[in-house]
Amino acid sequence: VYQVFESVAKKYDVMNDSMTLGIHRVWKDILVHKMNPSPGTLLLDVAGGTGDIAFRFINYVRAVRERQLQRKLKHHQDLSWQEIFENYQEDKSDSLGDSQVVVCDINREMLKVGKQKAQHLGYSKGLSWVLGNAEELPFDDDMFDVYTIAFGIRNVTRIDLALEEAYRVLKPGGRFLCLEFSHVSNPLLSRLYDLYSFQVIPVLGEVIAGDWKSYQYLVESIRRFPPQEELKAMIEDTGFFKVDYENLNFGIVAIHSGFKL
Amino acid sequence: MPRSRPLRPVGRLPGQRGGRAVDAAACCCGRGAVRGVHAAALAGPGSPGECFPPAPPQPLRRSGRPFTRVCPSPGPVPRPVLPAGTARLSHSDPRGWDGHTGEEEEEEEEVEEEGWHQLYPSHIPTSPLQKALLAAGSAVMALYDPYRHDMVAVLGETTGCLALPNLRDKMKHHPEGYRILQERPCIRLSTLDMSRLRGLPDGSLGREYVRFLEDNKVSPDTRMPPKFVDDEELAYVIQRYREVHDLMHTLLGMPTNMLGEVVVKWFEAVQTGLPMCVLGAAFGPVRLSARKLQVLATELVPWAIRSGLNASCVLNVYYEQRWEQPVESLREEIGIFPPPAVRV
Repeated sequence: VYQVFESVAKKYDVMNDSMTLGIHRVWKDILVHKMNPSPGTLLLDVAGGTGDIAFRFINYVRAVRERQLQRKLKHHQDLSWQEIFENYQEDKSDSLGDSQVVVCDINREMLKVGKQKAQHLGYSKGLSWVLGNAEELPFDDDMFDVYTIAFGIRNVTRIDLALEEAYRVLKPGGRFLCLEFSHVSNPLLSRLYDLYSFQVIPVLGEVIAGDWKSYQYLVESIRRFPPQEELKAMIEDTGFFKVDYENLNFGIVAIHSGFKL
Repeated sequence: MPRSRPLRPVGRLPGQRGGRAVDAAACCCGRGAVRGVHAAALAGPGSPGECFPPAPPQPLRRSGRPFTRVCPSPGPVPRPVLPAGTARLSHSDPRGWDGHTGEEEEEEEEVEEEGWHQLYPSHIPTSPLQKALLAAGSAVMALYDPYRHDMVAVLGETTGCLALPNLRDKMKHHPEGYRILQERPCIRLSTLDMSRLRGLPDGSLGREYVRFLEDNKVSPDTRMPPKFVDDEELAYVIQRYREVHDLMHTLLGMPTNMLGEVVVKWFEAVQTGLPMCVLGAAFGPVRLSARKLQVLATELVPWAIRSGLNASCVLNVYYEQRWEQPVESLREEIGIFPPPAVRV
């Protein structure tokens, strides 16, 4: 699996866009909206290589923070100019409100691409990039408010270990969120989806990334992954509560959510 | 197995000395020199791909043999678990790569059961729809990004349905070509004795070939192995064609810049009839300057076409046994006219 992503790293984003026709952006947006983070949240994004979730998280938190600040200012209608100016000074340096994202990935190349993207897009504060294995995270217990893994858990050899690690590093009250390809139950759609997956995606892989085999692997790994209910059961077994899933696009993708209580 | 590195780095600008400055449409050699994202080598051989083993002994075919269509017939929609490659062995091959007999019905059954029939190490079986998509995609990509030589190679493989069997038959009906098909020589740095070739007299094929490789800083090891040809023998034919491409440069006296590649493409288009060569010959000149276009149109292309028509099939020459032969004598023997005295 490591070699697959080594070769795939640079073209990862281009391939994602072309394979899903850009819809993956919507999926990731929905994930972050579902998360609904407030400023001061500490997020761990596992297998988040190129930083898609991390950037969205930061955008979301910034927007929430701005609204907070605006609301605060509205209350201070009768302040002197001096006081308003001072307020602005303190708050401007705190656009994120102490929120932080730790992006963890097992693959150095993916992290490299992610760092470059961050620089390119102008994200500097609140991001950390850590090399680590989802089955054995290099973090202490009870550290994070939210744990996300977007399109990564499929590539983990022992899903149960990854889930246990997720449980371990989350604070009590923390949330586990998993965005992953899943099972399409609608038979007609399922056939169309299979046709698209097996016929078109490896071709796209060959043409855009010069790599047929990695994308053949990708499509096959999606088929092998446990369906929604099974994954839900696995998450419950690990000890999460209020486990639920939401199908996006008829089950092509599903978001599983659970809480550590 | 360590990958043999190409001698030229990717991304060298056209016009720079050394290395191939090619419009992918003009370069037919299919060098897999794309770094970083190409050939994850998950399974299958490391680049440049292993040489095909000599063909198993088989009786000489009569020329009246009916032409066998080797493009796979439309197969079933692949099942979710494994893709069903509907690769079919050509009838002239009694044994496939992994020893299956060439019975059609058996093949179909095997395909149904295994869902994956690899005829040679770098083979990726594909359905007709996938081939069509690949052909279209690779054509667009080759034009869009001139450094994607692997796309040119893929285009050649997916569109060579009709031309490759023709080539193979031409080889079969010629004694030297037949021997090549049997023994399946391949040109690699590992199989060539570079010091011996360098020691040959100037003007001999071996010496000039080595000079060509060194001047243009290319290596025979950067070829992409065939992936999408669903017939083992045809896969060898296209690999031979790619390997012989450099020798074409030597015989035609053309360097690896844009103009040189286009000229060689014209020659190859006439010789082989491969759609990829025809496309390359037609679209290659698009990126040339007006002065070069003029030279191309007035002198080089007519010469290339005349030579191509006059010459016997260039794949029928056992080059490995002719390193000592002077280039002029080989040109005469094949039927290539002396190149015009133009600076390319």
